[in-house]
Amino acid sequence: TRLSPLASSPFSTTESQTAYKSVTTYNNFYEFGTDKEDPARNADKMAVRPWTVRVEGLAGKPRTFDIDDLLKLAPLEERIYRLRCVEAWSMVVPWVGFPLSALLKQVDPLGSAKYVEFVTHYDASIMTRRQILNWPYTEGLRLDEAMHPLTILAVGLYGEVLPNQNGAPVRLVVPWKYGFKSAKSIVAIRLHEKQPATAWNQSAPQEYGFYSNVNPEVDHPRWSQASERRIGELRKRPTLMFNGYAEQVASLYQGMDLRKHY
Amino acid sequence: MSRALQHPSADQIGAIKAFVFFLCMLPAAQLILGWRADSLGANPVETITHATGAWTLRLLLITLAVTPLRRYTGLHWLVRLRRMLGLFAFAYGMAHFGIYLWLDHFFDWQAIANDILKRPYITVGFAALMLMVPLALTSNAAAIKRMGGRRWQALHRSVYAIAVFGVLHYWWLVKADILQPLIYSAVLAVLLGLRAWWRELERRRQLAAPPPVAPSLKGKVIRIVPK
Repeated sequence: TRLSPLASSPFSTTESQTAYKSVTTYNNFYEFGTDKEDPARNADKMAVRPWTVRVEGLAGKPRTFDIDDLLKLAPLEERIYRLRCVEAWSMVVPWVGFPLSALLKQVDPLGSAKYVEFVTHYDASIMTRRQILNWPYTEGLRLDEAMHPLTILAVGLYGEVLPNQNGAPVRLVVPWKYGFKSAKSIVAIRLHEKQPATAWNQSAPQEYGFYSNVNPEVDHPRWSQASERRIGELRKRPTLMFNGYAEQVASLYQGMDLRKHY
Repeated sequence: MSRALQHPSADQIGAIKAFVFFLCMLPAAQLILGWRADSLGANPVETITHATGAWTLRLLLITLAVTPLRRYTGLHWLVRLRRMLGLFAFAYGMAHFGIYLWLDHFFDWQAIANDILKRPYITVGFAALMLMVPLALTSNAAAIKRMGGRRWQALHRSVYAIAVFGVLHYWWLVKADILQPLIYSAVLAVLLGLRAWWRELERRRQLAAPPPVAPSLKGKVIRIVPK
């Protein structure tokens, strides 16, 4: 299904886009299997209507949004972003979505809210039952990261409704962080005072920190993050600080030791 | 079991060897053809790296399964396939390493040395491959003759360490889902456990056996009469 009309965004890159087929068949969505092709094979079982997203916690006006209301919450934009996976591969994806800040403003975050937690869909009847990670998969951001204009909720890609394997019907996209931060198939968004636990951090805290900003100078303990293979290319390219979004986001981390807050 | 299966002729052994050779070439052929047809998925380099690594491990385990299979089925000719299986394991291991050197690091020797020294899963993988080199080089009748059977066998026992390092290499590189390395480990544990069990049986047998010469017969001439 086509999504239109779409506004264009000054944040979009002009780099050549990764083939639709690659974007939709090379996925990490462990609930549907750990092979890259598994989600494309298995995610069709997930029903994405009806779907609601609860926005709760430290909010003046907590509210449950129906997915169809969410789609009309703000003008849909095309955001062509680089996506850098922690596994040292990358893509360029033309997402369709709107700023997460537009949603958060609707619920009136309290002054005490400092963090945002994202809870994703888990249904043992259609997803893996093995405890590969703590299900449901959760992720988190600091509130200022969540409110940043680059942070979007995506509902589509390539001008069409999001395929299930890419996190339908609504997912987070935080382009300056490793891909796993961008939680898929979100069912709840919670505002917290304290930093929430996140699935990968719980699984291997020494490897996946809360921030997980793309950083070529801080290696994953088991592999280098200095370069990446852009899907569709043979040669590797150097990884850019904050995935090339340093100009927009570096100020969020001023004074922080990024080796410590990896 | 039929006689032909127990004792195949030289021609039949030749045909079996040719067939096993063909089977061992299939994964490589599939990867080469897949690369040319662009059907190896979105990240073909990763597909090839994983496939060659997996086949190295599988062939190592198959090689280690030859002796138990032979022992429990009585098909002694199986041992004549073992050298080829081991050499194919080495060949896939070299291909795996070659892809890593070329398409992962583009022969950046500094980065490669760093990887091998700093990253335990690469250290053990590299160690496994290096330990395979002397085995591959001595996988011929001339080497057995030159070294003598005992020394040759002692050297080739390092295949146990190689298999352990290979499985560790896999285990240490997976992100969260250890199911696959767990399966390889379980198979390896059975294959190594059988050998430990056989040693134990042999030890017990030697303990239980009567002394080779009874004291009362010492010094006397013993005539051995066929039954």
